[in-house]
Amino acid sequence: MTLLQLLGRTFLVFLANAGNLALFTARGVSHCVRPPFYWRNFLRQLVEIGYYSLPVVGLTAIFTGMVLTLQSHTGFARFSAESVIPNVVVVSITRELGPVLAGLMVAGRVGAAMAAEIGTMRVTEQIDALSTLSTNPLKYLVAPRLLAGLVSLPVLVIVADSIGIFGGYLVATYKLDFAPGAYLTNTREFLEVMDVVSGLVKAAAFGFLIALMGCYFGYNSKGGAQGVGTATTNAVVAASILILSFNYLITELFFAQ
Amino acid sequence: MTPVRDSARTPKIQVKGLHKAFGGNRVLRGLDLDIAEGESVVVIGGSGTGKSVLLKCILGLLEPDAGSIKVDGEEVVGLRGRELDRVRKKIGMLFQNAALFDSLPVWENVTFGLLQTGQIKRSNGPAIARQKLELVGLRPEVADLFPAELSGGMKKRVGLARAIATDPDVVFFDEPTTGLDPIMGDVINDLIVDVVHRLGATALSITHDMASARKIAHRVAMLHEGCIVWQGPVGEIDTTDNPYVQQFVNGNAEGPIKMPVRQA
Repeated sequence: MTLLQLLGRTFLVFLANAGNLALFTARGVSHCVRPPFYWRNFLRQLVEIGYYSLPVVGLTAIFTGMVLTLQSHTGFARFSAESVIPNVVVVSITRELGPVLAGLMVAGRVGAAMAAEIGTMRVTEQIDALSTLSTNPLKYLVAPRLLAGLVSLPVLVIVADSIGIFGGYLVATYKLDFAPGAYLTNTREFLEVMDVVSGLVKAAAFGFLIALMGCYFGYNSKGGAQGVGTATTNAVVAASILILSFNYLITELFFAQ
Repeated sequence: MTPVRDSARTPKIQVKGLHKAFGGNRVLRGLDLDIAEGESVVVIGGSGTGKSVLLKCILGLLEPDAGSIKVDGEEVVGLRGRELDRVRKKIGMLFQNAALFDSLPVWENVTFGLLQTGQIKRSNGPAIARQKLELVGLRPEVADLFPAELSGGMKKRVGLARAIATDPDVVFFDEPTTGLDPIMGDVINDLIVDVVHRLGATALSITHDMASARKIAHRVAMLHEGCIVWQGPVGEIDTTDNPYVQQFVNGNAEGPIKMPVRQA
């Protein structure tokens, strides 16, 4: 095979995959807005994504807030600019670290689980069985997950933001001898609505992407246990990369002049 | 008075010139098969000859490349959405490994089709599931278990209960005895004969288990290289001089059917 053939084949495969994903997304979204709606499945996914991710997201957030304050202090102390630490911490967490880290943790936890579950349903013919029982698998499996991802990630990120800021406050007051009242006042006064809103928009986008990747790779998995394994890996990797690239795009949309 | 010939009536399922290929692998190559109402047809053939593909094409799970499939005289190929659902409602299917939904308890598996179409209320689900389970010889306590807690034979029975729960006109059986010991296989065969008779349903089964075929078939069709190479009443499978059927029924490695085994 010549180099050109290889290049052409790779490009065609890429186009085919992009087309498949676009179609899958369009069909999945269209089922989100057309009845019937599977409330039971939606609630189950809300609990799975939102509630059961709380510990892992909370732990990520608190340590991130703590280390962020510590690092900022070692940096800003050189210029005697310690007073901006609360501002730096709150903006970094609400704009970037809250949504991105929560998104990546949820991608690992939930995206993988979705791909594995739906992939197993595919290879054990459960998805075919749904169809034969007059149930559209996209409506039954995919739509509730997409919606649950979209709704629950922003809520998780609000929690992550709060815990992250609290982690920063703990380190600042107990270790770095900041005055608690002044730290909190600084934090509150510097924070703007846009900081939080942009973070929540990111979170909603990430939640949708995580669920979409989990469903897409699971739904199209083939070939038994190995296929499900590949689907799981692909779902997590694709979701992580999409989170990081969409993070840049959304930041650009909100804050670029 | 001339008796009405079967072929004069519209067949329940009519497959004509069905073609389906996966990449370069031409699985079905112009398959023709008619199934009369109330008849039980068993399609036999080796592994990988496209028996499952045939069922999936009729159910609209796979789209054929060419050919026509009619259920009750209505063309199925190309149907989508509600139209396709309407046809699928006539058909119940027992999958090879039962394909039970493992996130749902047995009762919800059994009544899934009824719940989805709104024929029963959720609160009545467990009671109705117990009735259906009784038809396939399972104790009512099974209704509250999860599929992972069941043995292979029990899974098949629950799958059978699910397939017949909506009282379909047609039931498909995909290798109903595969993976079961011979005794449990025979129990399942008896159950199939019993429920199909009770429903008055038309049955289409695919299998490579000859004991199963002899028990549940009125008529047997032999699938080889994407076509039906022989069909006839079940009593004739031992007397026919068709070399494909003879080789298959007797399980000979030598004969016109070549297994794709690489020569050393």
